[in-house]
Amino acid sequence: MSTLNYTKYMEGMKQAVVVSLWFMFLTFPIMVIRVNTIENIIEWRWMNMLYIGAGSFILSFVWRKMSGRGISARKESIGAQGGRKFYLQRLVSEKRLSLPALGIVAVIALFFPFVSSIYQTNIMTTALMYVVLGLGLNIVVGQAGLLNLGYVAFYAAGAYTYALLYHHFGVGFWLALPLGALAATVLGVLLALPVLRLQGDYLAIVTLGFGEITRLVLENWNEFSYGPSGISGIPRPGLFGMEMDMHEATVYLYFLMILLCIITIFVVNRLQDSRIGRALLALREDEIACQAMGINKTMVKLTAFALGSTWAGLVGVIFAAKTTFVNPASFTFLESAMILSIVVLGGTGSIIGIIIGALLLILLPEYLRAFGDYRMLLFGIIMVIMMIFRPQGIVTGVRKTYEFHTEEK
Amino acid sequence: MDYFLELLIGGLTRGSIYALIALGYTMVYGIIELINFAHGEIYMIGAFTALIVAGVLAMSGMSGLSVLILASVVAVIYSAAYGFTVEKVAYKPLRHASRLSPLISAIGMSIFLQNYVLVAQTSDFLPFPNLLPDLPFLANYVGFIGSTEFIIIGTTAVIMVLLTLLIKFTRMGKAMRATAQDRNMAMLVGVNVNRVISNTFIIGSALAAIGGVLIASHVGRINFYIGFLAGIKAFTAAVLGGIGSIPGAVLGALVLGCTESFATGYVSSDYEDVFAFVLLIVILIIKPSGLLGHKPTQKV
Amino acid sequence: MNPILEAKNLSMNFGGLKALDRVDIDVLPGQITALIGPNGAGKTTFFNCITGIYSPTGGDIFITPSGGGRKKITGINIHKVTENGVARTFQNIRIFPDMTVLENVMIGRHCRTEAGVLGAILRDKGTMTEEKAIVARSYEILKKIGITEHVNLLARNLPYGAQRRLEIARALATDPFLLLLDEPAAGMNPQETRDLEALIISIRDEWEISVFLIEHDMRLVMGLSDSVYVMDYGEMLARGTPQEIRQNPEVIKAYLGEDVSA
Ligand SMILES: Nc1ncnc2c1ncn2[C@@H]1O[C@H](COP(=O)(O)OP(=O)(O)O)[C@@H](O)[C@H]1O
Ligand SMILES: [Mg+2]
Repeated sequence: MSTLNYTKYMEGMKQAVVVSLWFMFLTFPIMVIRVNTIENIIEWRWMNMLYIGAGSFILSFVWRKMSGRGISARKESIGAQGGRKFYLQRLVSEKRLSLPALGIVAVIALFFPFVSSIYQTNIMTTALMYVVLGLGLNIVVGQAGLLNLGYVAFYAAGAYTYALLYHHFGVGFWLALPLGALAATVLGVLLALPVLRLQGDYLAIVTLGFGEITRLVLENWNEFSYGPSGISGIPRPGLFGMEMDMHEATVYLYFLMILLCIITIFVVNRLQDSRIGRALLALREDEIACQAMGINKTMVKLTAFALGSTWAGLVGVIFAAKTTFVNPASFTFLESAMILSIVVLGGTGSIIGIIIGALLLILLPEYLRAFGDYRMLLFGIIMVIMMIFRPQGIVTGVRKTYEFHTEEK
Repeated sequence: MDYFLELLIGGLTRGSIYALIALGYTMVYGIIELINFAHGEIYMIGAFTALIVAGVLAMSGMSGLSVLILASVVAVIYSAAYGFTVEKVAYKPLRHASRLSPLISAIGMSIFLQNYVLVAQTSDFLPFPNLLPDLPFLANYVGFIGSTEFIIIGTTAVIMVLLTLLIKFTRMGKAMRATAQDRNMAMLVGVNVNRVISNTFIIGSALAAIGGVLIASHVGRINFYIGFLAGIKAFTAAVLGGIGSIPGAVLGALVLGCTESFATGYVSSDYEDVFAFVLLIVILIIKPSGLLGHKPTQKV
Repeated sequence: MNPILEAKNLSMNFGGLKALDRVDIDVLPGQITALIGPNGAGKTTFFNCITGIYSPTGGDIFITPSGGGRKKITGINIHKVTENGVARTFQNIRIFPDMTVLENVMIGRHCRTEAGVLGAILRDKGTMTEEKAIVARSYEILKKIGITEHVNLLARNLPYGAQRRLEIARALATDPFLLLLDEPAAGMNPQETRDLEALIISIRDEWEISVFLIEHDMRLVMGLSDSVYVMDYGEMLARGTPQEIRQNPEVIKAYLGEDVSA
């Protein structure tokens, strides 16, 4: 018994040494050497090598421990819908726990802008925007299983709709909101039509290309979108013509976003267990079998794209109103990747998961600001680690259950 | 006519670089059906490594061809090592997860590697020395091609031939083809699939490093972000040619390079990148499996 | 009696391979018809052509639903075939693994219902009535199929035999007049096979749905079928009652051989 432990320990030790040597080698040129071509000097940062060596030595042990656990966690998740549940999962699925939790969340949401700074309220508003974006993209990716890497294009469509309508015609926020959503929906269907035949990764790359095209056109078509400098001076949303100072406007926008979040959750939740929602799921699960059930694949795909992009359009309008300024730099591929990560990290198909995912992914980098330059670095690592140890996301979607009374014998 | 030739050479040069990167995408995709988003970053790391090595050598008084060779060799070794490690850390544990998980992991890896270089080096553009030698004899025979272009196109052509030979005739190449065709079958007949996957990443990364050195010499400056657009373009090239197909990646890359070159030359340089994506979308809609890809006959 | 399904001169080539070579098949109403033949004979391909998954390279397919007239369905979309009343199961189970058992069946009701996005959001009376009807009907079908304890379980967690039955339930939910079953007994144990036999007979007699099945289990086929087709190398070798097929020398030679007496 103890010899077994000992050999195991030695094995881990050996592995840790190899790993740490390997990473010291791997990071040597980039971490240690810095060439300053202007002053013609070379910096040698040998300490970095030491840190890497020690760090990877320790992490090797942690990894060894964790990956054993990770695999067993994965096995467990297969038995979901019954079987032992992750504690968050329980919070979501048991009314006894979820109702009080919901109450607490509501109270926090209500008082948040009054107890925190403008800066923090702004960040929270941004996070709420991503909640809606995540839920919208989830319709396309999580439910219908259509990998869309150009979701940012629809977001841009909403933002530019408001910016341009205001710029040319003085259209206000409240009229621009539905128009922005409409523009995004139309764009969604326009994109979906030609790509209906494409599957899986081909769809992914075409949507990615589509997103990039949208951004590049916005960047270069000066007469239309005013190029890289964009459009500024977009008004914040009004409230019956009331004058608002900066603080009030921020709080107002925050509650507007809370409202939109509630509406989104309400709609998405109802869609999820409806005839259309089931058709989306069936499409994701098995395209052929789905059609063999009499479902028109084309219609379902169009519906998914249209439904998904509407939300992006709505949030786009709010984004323009929030920043009072739009330019193409806000609509890069990284944005699409971020929203997709929210969906996948949160747990595809799970509303609560996506809300948590959005809050984490948007708030984390903000609070990681303390780490300065390291924040995006950490962000990347966290994404990888999440996928390795919990690939199904934070919360897995739970399907609706039905009760039947089996009276007859 | 001269202008046309100039654009053509420009397109082929560009296409050659795309091809070197696209091969990594297509080979990885062919074997594990993953869009390796971090591949562009591997190429960027190759360029950075070469820059660092060249800088150190230059300051120790070395110059000329030996710098080029040493920098390239070290860049290739390091890119390969990074590619290998990325696969082991970020993709291998996810081999049996759903399709989205490795993709997200790849995006995370890509963000990580960009910021790793940003933090460890700098966010500024660094000047990259022109390591490629001048070939004076070219000027006497052919006026329209510069030595840099000549070397880039020539190197790529040689590498393509070597890669084709490797895949056609070596044991490793055969194992790779078998795995690409049917992983389970390959496993049954005794192919070490893990090793094949590792090799694929190593070869793809090495090629990307060569592309990185060549393009950095050509353009003359690099930063931590160059991998992103190059990666997307190269992936576009791979899809254009039919992902999974090695000749397809090369063809797609050359077509893409030339399209961009001609479109910017004759139409407008503002929309350089738009042309690439429009071309991709048009081709996929007409021929969803790409230029040389064949439609998988889905058995039901 | 007019056939409800007719294939005329149906051909399907994959590259050079003739998976189906001018095949003629009639399926009569109220009957259980079987299609047998060695592996790779082209049976599944035949089903795929009928259900629109493959577009046949030659020939035509007609259906005659009990109420309606004769209709050509060659090469139409997969979902149109189902809408027209021909439902199927797959040789390799294709349930929706991450949906519950009940939801799998509810999907089958999709083409017979019409609630849209707006209905889903507003949950108006019409939508809710329809939704209740979907749930009730799906449960009823599951009950007849004999899966009632597990309705809320994810389909992936069902035992294998139950998954096969679930696929049948799902197909039945589309209200077909003709049910195509591709090797429904594959992988089942003897008890499950006996249950399946009873189920297929009740589908014909109680539900009044004609059944066309591909099957390798000879005992099942011979005991169950009203008429049998034999296929080999994409060609139709013979047709007849189980009795006739058993005694057909060509069939014995080509396929049944040593197996026939078993
Ligand atoms: N999509 C396809 N592409 C190419 N060949 C196919 C395809 N589907 C079936 N085949 C071929 O057609 C022949 C008949 O297959 P199938 O109909 O599945 O046989 P069965 O169901 O009778 O066992 C086989 O040789 C098979 O390989
Ligand atoms: Mg078959």
